[in-house]
Amino acid sequence: MSSSDEALRQRIRQAIASQPQPTVTVLSSLLAVQDAVGWLPPEAIEEVARHTGATVNDVWAVASFYTNFRFTPPGIHTIEVCWGPTCHLLGAQAILRAVQEALGLPGEGDTPDKRFSLKLNTCLGACAQAPALLLDHHLYGRVTPEQARRLLQGLNHTAPHQEAP
Amino acid sequence: MTTYATLAQEARAHWAALHERPWIRVGTAICGKAAGAQEVLHALRRAVERRGIPATVTPVGCIGLCFAEPLVDIQKPGRPRIFYQKVTPHLAATLVEDYLLQDNPRPDLALGTLGGRVEGIAPLEEHPAWKPQVRIATRNCGTVEPANLAHYIANGGYQGLAKALTEMKPAQVIEEVTKSGLRGRGGAAFSTGAKWNFLARAPGPVKYILVNCEEGDPGAFNDKGILESDPFTLIEGCTIAGYATGATKGYVFIRHGHEGPITFTRKAIQEAYKAGLLGKNILGSAFSFDMEVALTGESYVSGEETALMEAIEGKRAMPRSRPPFPAQVGLWGKPSNINNVKTLSYVPEVVARGGAWFASIGTEKSKGTAIVCLSGQVARPGWYEVPFGLTLRRVVEDIGGGTGTGRPVKLLQTGGPLGGVLGAERLDIALDFDGMAQAGAIFGSGGIIVADTATCAVDLVRNLVAFCQFESCGKCFPCRLGFTHMLEVLDRIAAGQGRPSDLEAMRTIGQAMSLGSLCGHGQLGFNPVHSALRFCAEDFRIHLEERRCPTGACEPRLSLPKRTRPEPVGGWYARHSYAHH
Ligand code: SF4
Ligand code: FES
Repeated sequence: MSSSDEALRQRIRQAIASQPQPTVTVLSSLLAVQDAVGWLPPEAIEEVARHTGATVNDVWAVASFYTNFRFTPPGIHTIEVCWGPTCHLLGAQAILRAVQEALGLPGEGDTPDKRFSLKLNTCLGACAQAPALLLDHHLYGRVTPEQARRLLQGLNHTAPHQEAP
Repeated sequence: MTTYATLAQEARAHWAALHERPWIRVGTAICGKAAGAQEVLHALRRAVERRGIPATVTPVGCIGLCFAEPLVDIQKPGRPRIFYQKVTPHLAATLVEDYLLQDNPRPDLALGTLGGRVEGIAPLEEHPAWKPQVRIATRNCGTVEPANLAHYIANGGYQGLAKALTEMKPAQVIEEVTKSGLRGRGGAAFSTGAKWNFLARAPGPVKYILVNCEEGDPGAFNDKGILESDPFTLIEGCTIAGYATGATKGYVFIRHGHEGPITFTRKAIQEAYKAGLLGKNILGSAFSFDMEVALTGESYVSGEETALMEAIEGKRAMPRSRPPFPAQVGLWGKPSNINNVKTLSYVPEVVARGGAWFASIGTEKSKGTAIVCLSGQVARPGWYEVPFGLTLRRVVEDIGGGTGTGRPVKLLQTGGPLGGVLGAERLDIALDFDGMAQAGAIFGSGGIIVADTATCAVDLVRNLVAFCQFESCGKCFPCRLGFTHMLEVLDRIAAGQGRPSDLEAMRTIGQAMSLGSLCGHGQLGFNPVHSALRFCAEDFRIHLEERRCPTGACEPRLSLPKRTRPEPVGGWYARHSYAHH
């Protein structure tokens, strides 16, 4: 095992061990790892199984059920576009098209250069500001296709997008 | 030992001190953030600091007027709160200069005042979006700092719990809640008092209160809104429920990713423990109660009662068959009650002010208030707490200000994607659990999405069915395959390639789903199509016979994710699709 594998395992164990709530389950542990690492590498499945006493199969069953888990590393930036009915009525498809064109993606997925990951979200909870999109944890409401394009262009591609200070 | 009296005294002193200098509150809940409130907050802090003004700048939650975000209110000592709408960082600096330094309240920029009058500014109480409101569960939202215990107590918080613990037996609390007529706000509209009774009667030393804030329905954001703006009202309500039913622990179930509600609920729970309002011997009584936040991954069905328990146990959120019912065999096999956030958020006031007071608001069978979320083609999107009995027209036109597009209302989509649609001809029905059900709509958890005449019913329903397809948990095949099949049919109708038999095909599928599905997700699955056929049959006819979309809204190729959740055969999945990535 290389030292980077060991470092990854360390991060995973750390994430599993430092959950703030008293009740620790397979799901809560997977969420904690996804938050800390950004995705679920095979080591995460093994470590969660070990920690919770579940089988690897059982952990897989849970991980494959919830649509927010990723099994490959995400791009530097993650952009989530809402396609819920409110956003749909107010132009979500046009925004999606603009984003897909800008990224050269036919739908959900990662760009080949691993700079961007595009995800469709069923509702970002910002329906009152629809249409909405989420860029690296920063929420934008009443977005226009033009604005979505500009947002993507203005990004620096080495670090996730930060909220204004 | 902390007593309620000492807590209240300290809180009131703290609250009074806050009002001795100018107090600037900025709405920074999810809608505020989406509108840029974070930048406004920083601009205000910078401006105040630069000019050396002794003012307090506080991020608060959402007061419900999302259309006005970013919303800032400034209260000078002894003056009313003045609300300013659509504030930009630049405007923020202007307000600091003009109002704080020059004492010019800038009536031209103001939305309204609360708690008094200011020359040239209309009181918010007269604003059409505020006037019909009776704010009970949302009374503190946007006024207090979320998760600030002193703010909560200074505004009357924990009076209800203190009263219950010192003056009432558990059975009396249940009686009071029953008398109030409070019904569950999560969709089922079952009597809360009766529900608590089931749990109170269930034997056993360990019982749970589960609070449902999955709230995955697009168009609904009031549960998250309460947790993000005033989590203590839920925590107090849940603690009272625990006392009344003999429950030992409460879980607040929130969808992962909703950072505001998660952070503030966790913080408020911590604060409550520190003050002796959770944990052992609460306020010196014999009653002990614990609470924690449990997160779910993204899965709409995890909001279903029994699926929610599976998710808290850390498994796939797949519904269980009933019986046994949760009040007998619930979370980890223990008796459990599942309540919606809004339902429990009424409880502190119901107990503090009495069931009769609550029952005096609303209609005969729907007591109290409805917390509606308005979104879509509406001039004033937001969330509003109004007495039951108001007509949908008053909600949409008076509060919401109409469509704001110049076109009339065509449809309302209520009660989440499975609630289907309601035609504009039903706008005069009253907001009421039973009245709305009779009119063919679901009040659900209060989401109302407004669609104007530019909307095509086929397009909207296709979106709703795509959502349901994506979210089917996959446990039963009528639901799993039914939605997939129905979506295929809708796809071709939208593309102008429908077949004459298509409506009949969807009916047959719908029937199979309602008969053969385990939970409401599949059982109600035909509802979106069914309701649209009822109110907008013409849209379907034009698609099928004239092979065109009447409004031009339908696009043949939509980016709607299709998904079937894989079988839980992890080993196979691991070997084949994962290990070689
Ligand atoms: S009806 Fe649908 S969502 Fe409900 S249990 Fe069956 S497959 Fe799952
Ligand atoms: S529907 Fe898009 S944020 Fe809710």
